[in-house]
Amino acid sequence: MDQQKLISARGISKQFAGVEVLSDVDLDLRTGEIHALLGENGAGKSTFAKILAGVHRPTRGTLRMDGRPIEVSSPLAAQRLGITLIHQEPISFPDLSVAENLVLGRGNEAALGRVRRAENAARARELMDLLGVRIDVDQVMRGLSIADQQMVEIARALDSDSRLIIMDEPTAPLTPKEVETLFAIARRLRDEGRTIVFISHRLEEVRALCDRATVFRDGRLVGTEEVAGLEDADIIRMMIGRPVKDYIHKHRARIGEAALEVRGLTRVPAFRDISLEVRRGEIVGLAGLVGAGRTDVARAIFGVAPADTGTIRVNGADVTVADPSDAIGLGLAFVPEDRATAGIFGTMSVENNITAAVPDLISQGGFISAARVRALARSSVEKLKIRLASLRQPIMELSGGNQQKAILARWLHTDPAVLILDEPTRGIDVGVKAEFYDMIGALAEDGKAILLISSELPELLALCDRILVMAEGRLTAELSRDEATQESVMQAAVPRAAGEAA
Amino acid sequence: MRDFVRTLIHRREAGIFAMLLLITALVGTMEPRFLTLETARIVALAIPLILIAAMGQMMVLVARHVDLSIGSIMAFSSIIAGMMFRDLPDLPIMAGVVVAIALGTGLGLVNGLLVVIFKLPSIIVTLGTLSLYRGLVFLVSDARQVDPQFIPRSLISLSQTSPVFGIPWLVIIALAVAVATYLFLDHTRLGRQIYALGSNPVAAPLRGIKVVRVTLLVFALSGALSGLAGVLYASRFGYVNPGITGVGFEFTVIAAVVVGGVSINGGVGTVLGTVLGVLLLGLVSVALPVLGVSAFWQDVFNGAVIVLALLIDRTVRERSTRALAQARSSG
Repeated sequence: MDQQKLISARGISKQFAGVEVLSDVDLDLRTGEIHALLGENGAGKSTFAKILAGVHRPTRGTLRMDGRPIEVSSPLAAQRLGITLIHQEPISFPDLSVAENLVLGRGNEAALGRVRRAENAARARELMDLLGVRIDVDQVMRGLSIADQQMVEIARALDSDSRLIIMDEPTAPLTPKEVETLFAIARRLRDEGRTIVFISHRLEEVRALCDRATVFRDGRLVGTEEVAGLEDADIIRMMIGRPVKDYIHKHRARIGEAALEVRGLTRVPAFRDISLEVRRGEIVGLAGLVGAGRTDVARAIFGVAPADTGTIRVNGADVTVADPSDAIGLGLAFVPEDRATAGIFGTMSVENNITAAVPDLISQGGFISAARVRALARSSVEKLKIRLASLRQPIMELSGGNQQKAILARWLHTDPAVLILDEPTRGIDVGVKAEFYDMIGALAEDGKAILLISSELPELLALCDRILVMAEGRLTAELSRDEATQESVMQAAVPRAAGEAA
Repeated sequence: MRDFVRTLIHRREAGIFAMLLLITALVGTMEPRFLTLETARIVALAIPLILIAAMGQMMVLVARHVDLSIGSIMAFSSIIAGMMFRDLPDLPIMAGVVVAIALGTGLGLVNGLLVVIFKLPSIIVTLGTLSLYRGLVFLVSDARQVDPQFIPRSLISLSQTSPVFGIPWLVIIALAVAVATYLFLDHTRLGRQIYALGSNPVAAPLRGIKVVRVTLLVFALSGALSGLAGVLYASRFGYVNPGITGVGFEFTVIAAVVVGGVSINGGVGTVLGTVLGVLLLGLVSVALPVLGVSAFWQDVFNGAVIVLALLIDRTVRERSTRALAQARSSG
């Protein structure tokens, strides 16, 4: 293995707000290889790629290129060094032409220098020919498909003669045919002696395209192997091999009749043919990788973006959920994943946020009663141990965990029969997490039916009575508490070639 | 496919041009007096100040900002230049022009600095300076008008004499500004960066565009052109009045620019479209009195035109996005 090294990373670490998301990564990238970066969501692979591309600066560690130390201080510096990052959703100027998008940022001409349109267009056409794609370079970028926009980015990389091209989950928005084209081009670029870093969580793509693979887990590099010598099972084990933390599921609730039944729910292209059931007192987990369609299913059940076909039954009765107010009326509650944009009214007070879903409980003769608002909010704050300075304080001043508790409190006041929680513990402290687990258990004991979406496997394994797994918009497994392990969930969550998964 | 996109882009200009012809024909039929050279002269003298300021405003809008303070900048430059002519009778008019442009540039830079340093939205910043600069106009002038006898003959003659084909100097200056703006925006790297910045402000710095510098530049240019419009105001109207000069000017200019197809969402707009937008509003302002319509209706019309232009802008954008998507999936 004496191939030439293009990049040597040593001891690369990165902290965000005191949290270490990448620790001591040592990795060599060879000249002329396609190198996969694998790992679960949040494992650190994208952070590492962004450090290479100058989007983030490492907190510690050194990078060498051709044996010489380099500073990648900005995306522009990366480009000058010959490193290009291709985003999943390419960054472009939608109102400018393809040719202009290619030229912008080349940065080697005077500000008042003339724009040589004909020359630029000719060069752009040349690059498109080189890539073997047919894109009209005079067209505005807005009109291009995502795949073509990626091609323009790749063309830019060629234009600056990049030696390292990083593709961050490029295939997710592409059709199978577009993926083939992309792969053919990636192979050609490799054969020209360029290095390609390919970030993906689709094992079959990594197998089809890549020479070597590096697996990340919890911000650390687990291992780098030749792809040819790896089994899927090896990769999965490397991806999840962390010790299972012992969250004790103390509360064993009595499981009653079905509160929520969903049959054949479909909304193309997000998800297809989803059937599930959540009973009173039961916690059902919904596992899967980001983009598997879990949140879309929750949004469809709650009426935010209703399904095209399929039926929903609540407490044994067929129902139609056309919008969230229908869902609330039926006794459903949904705590969304993206608190900041979908959950809180940031500038409003904590007490108003907590009581926002129950106007009837806080009004008297048609007017909101400040005393009732206060009393209701205070009871929640005590019950859920929400830490705050004042009930009147704007909710965005609270910590993430306490905001999340306040949102949960809001929905608990509606006394829902079914509670859908989407990543309830994302971005909150470990201590508050434990409180959340207790709270969820207590709610189940109360007879609520809970559908829990989470990307944290230990959390699902500890809390749930059953776990459903989704991959690429379909349910791929239903595992009982005894069957569910990290391996069995991940086996079902990692997308495979079509057919195999079913 | 390529032709199709071209048509979409150019349809806006073609549409405004068609409206110009339509209004001329319509008003001409109802009142044949309208179709005379005299009308052309009145329109030509009504629009140069608007056109000059519109070029600056257009650049600001393309960069995804807005400059509401142009009327006050114009008044400030105008009153200072006017007072200089009054108090220093031997001053060459070029000195007045230079001072007016320099003052405009300075006030424009203040707008730009407030926007980039404090990261404030330009609509609020320039709403504030609209009032602030107007206040300065009253303060420096003691609220006194610069009367016609103090405005130099040679300055006034810019609006009355013509070097060629009977086209007044004022019009030639405005057209020169438009041509220069076109060359700058369409044919220099810096000009294209203004479009890039407005098209995607997040991506711009990643591509090495100096966002602060470009932002300051558009506000400075808008100020400079408003300053030029200020000194030409003295030429055109023969006086400068703190409470009249430039009041409501921003409204007319922004209306013309938006009618001309410049998107308030940034990244989109052409000099040709803006020129046609200015012409359209100018033509209507002359046509309404000819038809005997009350001057009060002028404001109603201008307001309605802004709303209509925004609606058209939205519809065209949505249609073109949809059409492009369809062309793609079928091709």
